[in-house]
Amino acid sequence: MTFFEDPVVFLSNLIQDLLVGLNLAPSVVTFFMTLLGVVIVASFGLIAVIFLIWLERKVAARFQDRIGPNRAGPYGLLQTFADIIKLITKEDITPDNADKVAFNIAPILSVVSVLLIWAVIPFASGWIGSDINVGVLYIGAVGSFGILSVLMAGWSSNNKYALLGAFRAVAQLISYEVPMLITLLIPVLLARTMGLMGIVEAQSTWFVVYAPLPALIFLISSIAEIGRTPFDLLEAESEIVAGFHTEYTGMKFGLFFAGEFLHAFTIGVLTAILFFGGWRGPGAETYPVLGVIYLMLKALGGYFIVMWVRTTLPRIRIDHMLNFNWKLLVPVTLALLMLIAVLDKAFAGTALYLPALIAANLVVFAGLMVALRQLAVRQRKERKRFKKRPVAKPA
Amino acid sequence: MLQDYLPIAVLLILSTGLSVLIVALGHLVGPRRPSARKSAPYESGMQPIGPGTRRMPVRFYLIAVLFILFDIEVVFFLPWAVTFRQLGIFGLIEMLIFIVVLLVGFAYAWKMGALEWE
Repeated sequence: MTFFEDPVVFLSNLIQDLLVGLNLAPSVVTFFMTLLGVVIVASFGLIAVIFLIWLERKVAARFQDRIGPNRAGPYGLLQTFADIIKLITKEDITPDNADKVAFNIAPILSVVSVLLIWAVIPFASGWIGSDINVGVLYIGAVGSFGILSVLMAGWSSNNKYALLGAFRAVAQLISYEVPMLITLLIPVLLARTMGLMGIVEAQSTWFVVYAPLPALIFLISSIAEIGRTPFDLLEAESEIVAGFHTEYTGMKFGLFFAGEFLHAFTIGVLTAILFFGGWRGPGAETYPVLGVIYLMLKALGGYFIVMWVRTTLPRIRIDHMLNFNWKLLVPVTLALLMLIAVLDKAFAGTALYLPALIAANLVVFAGLMVALRQLAVRQRKERKRFKKRPVAKPA
Repeated sequence: MLQDYLPIAVLLILSTGLSVLIVALGHLVGPRRPSARKSAPYESGMQPIGPGTRRMPVRFYLIAVLFILFDIEVVFFLPWAVTFRQLGIFGLIEMLIFIVVLLVGFAYAWKMGALEWE
């Protein structure tokens, strides 16, 4: 094996040989190798977020017909570093009567919960922090800690706006967790494993071809899960100041900010892995570096859609948000899960498998559109009746 | 088996340590000029009235209960989805019955107005 075929395995073998040569115990060598790998994964996430913030500000600026950051460094690339320095040198304020322990743990938890997801992300063939056999369950479990951090921040701030933000977070984040987890089940069902490496390896045809509707629902509920426009009710600045992080200053606010951006990109990565074949692509098996490039390109594509939605749509009303989840996404995802399970049992291994699954998706989508249209017609009729009412005119 | 979780444990310790370090750095480097006005809860310039932690509307509680219902259901689904092929037709029918029972409860909650947000 040469350096150019697989630099990571090449270098790790080199370091391992070096450590074994130093006459260390095997367990110490294992621990040291793990530590090294984890440091690389964690620093990759943290360095990525610095450039993601720059990227998002540039892209959002273009959507709004602005130039965006362009003063600090070439193309404004150093803008984020300037922001970090500014945030660190700001005063660290804890409000009166705040629950100090929960107040300080919340921003830390919000970053840790996202970084922990990166432990099970398969970057390329053989490049994975830990290929545990319950990967999807792990993502669901660790992702929920993010909700806990929002709730802790809102409750411990001793601020009414922050508390309102926390209430909304309870309503929104946990509601959208349900369709997200059910759509996570569909790749598991198709790949028959919960390990993320296994899911990627099972996608000789991308799962988005078998299940386009679940992929779309996963993306929508994930956008709600990171609390971005149009689902940014928990930090709606025109209604409740800044929501759950109203009382946070300096670098603690910065951690919430970094956690949100990293989470948005992680959503892109997860969509790529679960539905768009992860690191798979021409030549990715022989040259894992190509796999990383494919994964990052797919993830940036997903992230671009998240940014696009954010800059295009306005914030939705809380009752619309909850109705959309409970009365539309949850029944539809359950119906899709049942349909795909039945069709998988009936047509697995036959030539009809792919057409049947696509047809099922189309039927559910058509049914959805018909139901929504009927709802719109009914609402329009109600509005018309409202218009015909006699209106009091000034004398 | 348990060794698979070593990287996760190390990552947990490392990322927690790093975040604590960042918070501590902000605490040490930043200026400290406390005043009564500055540490009062922010209420858009008004004097805060009463405690900051208030009672919660019951709507949020209903949503939380519904979430627990569906979350536990998903936990049951996950192992079923993995062993779907081995379970045969029995596993499929079993899970369809389970989903139907769940949907009956869901329809009841819907009918009773647990999902209305007035």
